[in-house]
Amino acid sequence: MLHSFSPQALADLQRDLLAFLPELLLCGAIVLMLLLRLFSGMAKTHLGGVALAAAVSGFIVSWLQWTHGGGLPAPDTSVRYFTGLLVYDNLTVYLRLFLLGFAALAIVLTMFTRIPDAEDSGDFYVLFLGGTLGMLLMSSANHLLMAYLAVEMASLPSYALSGFLKGKRPSSEAALKYVVYGGGAAAVMLYGISLVAGKFGTGYLPDVAQAISVSLSQGKVDVSLAMGLMFIFIGLCFKLSAVPFHFWCPDVFEGAAAEIGAFLSVASKGAAMALTGRMVMVFAGPDPMKAAMAFAPILALFAAITATFGNLAAYSQTNLKRLLAYSTIAHAGYMMMGLAVVNAEGFSAVLFYLATYLFTNLGAFAVIALIRNRVGSEDLSAYAGLVYQSPGLVVAFGVFLLSLLGLPPLAGFAGKFVIFSSVYHAADAAKAAGTPWLANLYWALLVIGGLNTVFSAVYYVRVLKVMVIDTPPDGVADRTVPFAASTYATILAMIVFAIGVAWGQLSDAGDRAVKSLPKKTTIVAVAPPG
Amino acid sequence: MLETDLWQMTAVTFLPTLFALLLVFIPSSSKEMLRWVTLIGTAVTLSVSLIVFVGYYTMLEGSPSQPGVMPLHSKSALLEARVDAADAGGEVHTTPEQRGKGLMPPPSGDFVSRSKWIPRFNIEYFLGMDGISLPLVLLTTVISFLSMLASWGIEKHVKGYCMLFLILETGMLGCFLALDFFLFYIFWEVMLLPMYFLIGVWGGPRREYAAIKFFLYTLLGSVFILIALLAFYFTDVRDFVRPEMAKSKAVEMGVRQGLSAGEAEKQWQKFAKDAPVHTFDLVTLSKVGRAAMEILSGNEEQVIKDAPSVDKEGMKERLKQPFFTKGFQITMFLLLFVGFAIKVPVFPFHTWLPDAHVEAPTPISMILAGVLLKLGGYGIIRIAYPICPWAAHYLAYGLAVFGVINIVYGAFAAMAQTDFKKLVAYSSVSHMGYVILGIAVWSSHSQYWEWGMNGAMFQMIAHGVTSAAMFFLVGVIYDRAHHRDLNNFRGLMEPMPLYGGISFLIFFAALGLPGMCGFIGEAFVVLACWNYDKVLAVITAGAVIITAAYVLWTVQRVYLGTNDKYKDYQDMSVREIIIAVPLLIMAIALGLFPHQLLLSWMQPSVNGLVESLSRLGGGH
Repeated sequence: MLHSFSPQALADLQRDLLAFLPELLLCGAIVLMLLLRLFSGMAKTHLGGVALAAAVSGFIVSWLQWTHGGGLPAPDTSVRYFTGLLVYDNLTVYLRLFLLGFAALAIVLTMFTRIPDAEDSGDFYVLFLGGTLGMLLMSSANHLLMAYLAVEMASLPSYALSGFLKGKRPSSEAALKYVVYGGGAAAVMLYGISLVAGKFGTGYLPDVAQAISVSLSQGKVDVSLAMGLMFIFIGLCFKLSAVPFHFWCPDVFEGAAAEIGAFLSVASKGAAMALTGRMVMVFAGPDPMKAAMAFAPILALFAAITATFGNLAAYSQTNLKRLLAYSTIAHAGYMMMGLAVVNAEGFSAVLFYLATYLFTNLGAFAVIALIRNRVGSEDLSAYAGLVYQSPGLVVAFGVFLLSLLGLPPLAGFAGKFVIFSSVYHAADAAKAAGTPWLANLYWALLVIGGLNTVFSAVYYVRVLKVMVIDTPPDGVADRTVPFAASTYATILAMIVFAIGVAWGQLSDAGDRAVKSLPKKTTIVAVAPPG
Repeated sequence: MLETDLWQMTAVTFLPTLFALLLVFIPSSSKEMLRWVTLIGTAVTLSVSLIVFVGYYTMLEGSPSQPGVMPLHSKSALLEARVDAADAGGEVHTTPEQRGKGLMPPPSGDFVSRSKWIPRFNIEYFLGMDGISLPLVLLTTVISFLSMLASWGIEKHVKGYCMLFLILETGMLGCFLALDFFLFYIFWEVMLLPMYFLIGVWGGPRREYAAIKFFLYTLLGSVFILIALLAFYFTDVRDFVRPEMAKSKAVEMGVRQGLSAGEAEKQWQKFAKDAPVHTFDLVTLSKVGRAAMEILSGNEEQVIKDAPSVDKEGMKERLKQPFFTKGFQITMFLLLFVGFAIKVPVFPFHTWLPDAHVEAPTPISMILAGVLLKLGGYGIIRIAYPICPWAAHYLAYGLAVFGVINIVYGAFAAMAQTDFKKLVAYSSVSHMGYVILGIAVWSSHSQYWEWGMNGAMFQMIAHGVTSAAMFFLVGVIYDRAHHRDLNNFRGLMEPMPLYGGISFLIFFAALGLPGMCGFIGEAFVVLACWNYDKVLAVITAGAVIITAAYVLWTVQRVYLGTNDKYKDYQDMSVREIIIAVPLLIMAIALGLFPHQLLLSWMQPSVNGLVESLSRLGGGH
């Protein structure tokens, strides 16, 4: 009964619900779609519209939260809600904008490509929004257990989605591989959580962070803590598809529909990056330099291996989805470079990178999906001489690939530039702080990042070469894409270009998202040495 | 005030892109129309660049400085002086008396202009020109126009070709006009992809290999440049910018910490301590670079005294930043140098060039040799030397040796070729060696280095003209004979007297015959080198004989003698004449009137740069 609550509790509840509004909208849409299926008249209706409405309205609410409009609680100071299990701050809202914006765009894409037909659309969008919901929770988790639940909630629909192309062996195989790997990783992560929570008696992130910083300042290596953190990190690495926990990625991407590939490579990665970043930032505590010394080597190692391996393995791929899977792995590596910096600047760079990556990678997968609908193949050979039939689409695809490669003036370059500059800055700061080994580590990371850009040029440009320079195979089918669909790709390409030309505000948004993290770590300026 | 110079320079840079966008609306089937629109686009760009040239020249003439100095040698020729004046609010001269005092031209006519672009990183849309960039801008617009004329024979995918061609032109022009390192880098990368496709789609049999080789080489070079760019950016340069700039940064820092703008304005000194100034501004960075050289030569006190810094106490500490160390200077100089050397190309980074040239279609070879290679030299002069002068001086001899190796190696390699185009490509390697040598001969007498630097600049223009002409002439014969095998020609003079005559003159100009454009640059460089190091000068002068040998031998093998096989060849068509004759006229005119046509307005800026660098380090 309401009157049994104190006014304070009621006010809190209202605040919490308003903060949680975008998620509630998704929940409502999921329930609605399930209910609609009960009516016989609705069984053959494509439910994309409902899902799109939910994603768009969620996006609008998040936008109001971001701009302090509509009387919604302001996210500038981090608000812990639902008894502190979740946190509502700028980072949460930034990720909501990211995830819901992606969901809306991806749903539009699925309506073009008709990958769930009307009959399956209910199931598909329920899973899709359910996964998105899990990712939204990942980005606002403030408790280890909540983090685990959110990861699982994001994963389970993804398993089902990757097996969604019923009757196709690769698709089912992909789903099975994904489930087995995912289950294993989740178990490891849960084990790590139980170690950490058991050691400190709490799973609440700020408390854990405090305990860790005490432990760090004592200078002793605590095996169970290190193991616990390591296991948690492994669980996250699985979601990030970081090497060597990436094996599921190429198979799943190849087996699943391209639309799902976009979902996994953009949304899922974004949420995982946010969760990892939040943990790193919170655990880093008040002394970023000390934390950097503890965390940077392992993060940098993973980043370097992931980026290099991803790029090298992409060389020999002939299936475009597989190629993009390895490219996704490589990009996870670049983003982890930003995390390895272990300060606000680096994390802000990662968040900005995610925003550029959203449009770029969604665009790339969209083109693959559109071409698949015409020729039924995702092999590189199916793209030979495509420029003669769909010049507009090839230009758009070129923009996406070059943005992935990081050529200016495209969004991908801006993202890479911001990440590299944070790494360079960290190297400078480390040198000034008298830790030359750390500076050298960052230097090495920077060089590896730069060289990787050159490596990756080979396979991105090869795709371009096939489309533009190679001659189309004889008797090739009509590969022109419907106007509306190719307009969709063109608009995404224009956004990628526009961000590449004017990215100041978007990267400011990343700064703002990082600023409200509970433990304030201001951006470190180059301290004058001595 | 409406900044006409900003709009003019922006127009020069982006007009080609505008025309490329226009081409989107023309159906791909109307090839002739696509070509004409593209040609008009390059022509309009050329016209605007000439307007800019006239404006610049008038500005130099209109602002005499001290009595006894030639008008063109006024302070306005120096980029830095104009930028400083513009930053200080622009001193406007209205009356002749004021002009007489050497005041700077008004902001709307000083040909430097900056506006904010991405404030978060202090990236600016900063364009400007002086006697170093303007000749190259003109070269670019002229060569682009002529090579578009030469593109009439392209029948495959005309629309794509024209669009890529125009985007490439924007990239080149933007590079020459950008004064913000970040902006420069963007234009630098913009050139990459159009070139890849122009070679890869419209090239010869091994085009894919050549295109990707070009792409990867250049991309690797630009990664080096990117790292240097980051390193410069993260140097705190607050002691070398105007105090107002440092102050505004401090206010910004206050606002970021949650103060209102007015409040932060009041307490700016509180934040001044933690308000570093980072910049991509090449003019500011060159000031810092010069300061670094002074410090490394032991003149720290003087640097601190001269700096516009408001916080001289803290400055001492900041001068301990990595930027002011030897290791940093050398590393960054080498990164930049290698990045640019790949483009020049300097031995041993040259191997992409013969491949790219042989496979590229004729007009693209003209652009590649005529303009793209110059970007490497320009980058060294505009970026590597001013920002890392200490390292440049320290490594000068090594650079000169690389220059000489280029000259000699390129000439020998050219002699060994049987493919006509490859021969011209290697002759480019050889001739660009003079550019490197001319830049490198940093001697204690600034006058000699001035010869070298002017020679290098002149050589870039001259080579731009002659190499474009040579590639065009090779293209003319390739269109008829469909091969480029030097040993299979003979006797082309007979059926094609006009073609033969023009070829003779162009080849002699390239060879460096006195009275033609190739001579001036080479003579300047060799003279400068003689005063720098006699051994290198002797080798360089000796290489002229090899050059003469391969040129004459080529002329003999291709044009002289008689040959029944080619008896019925048509002489050059009207279109071909329209392309070749302007290049020929330039090659001769630049040789006969080097001062009037080029040096008079180029030299003041070049000398200004050389003097600003050579007086560093306390005259060692």
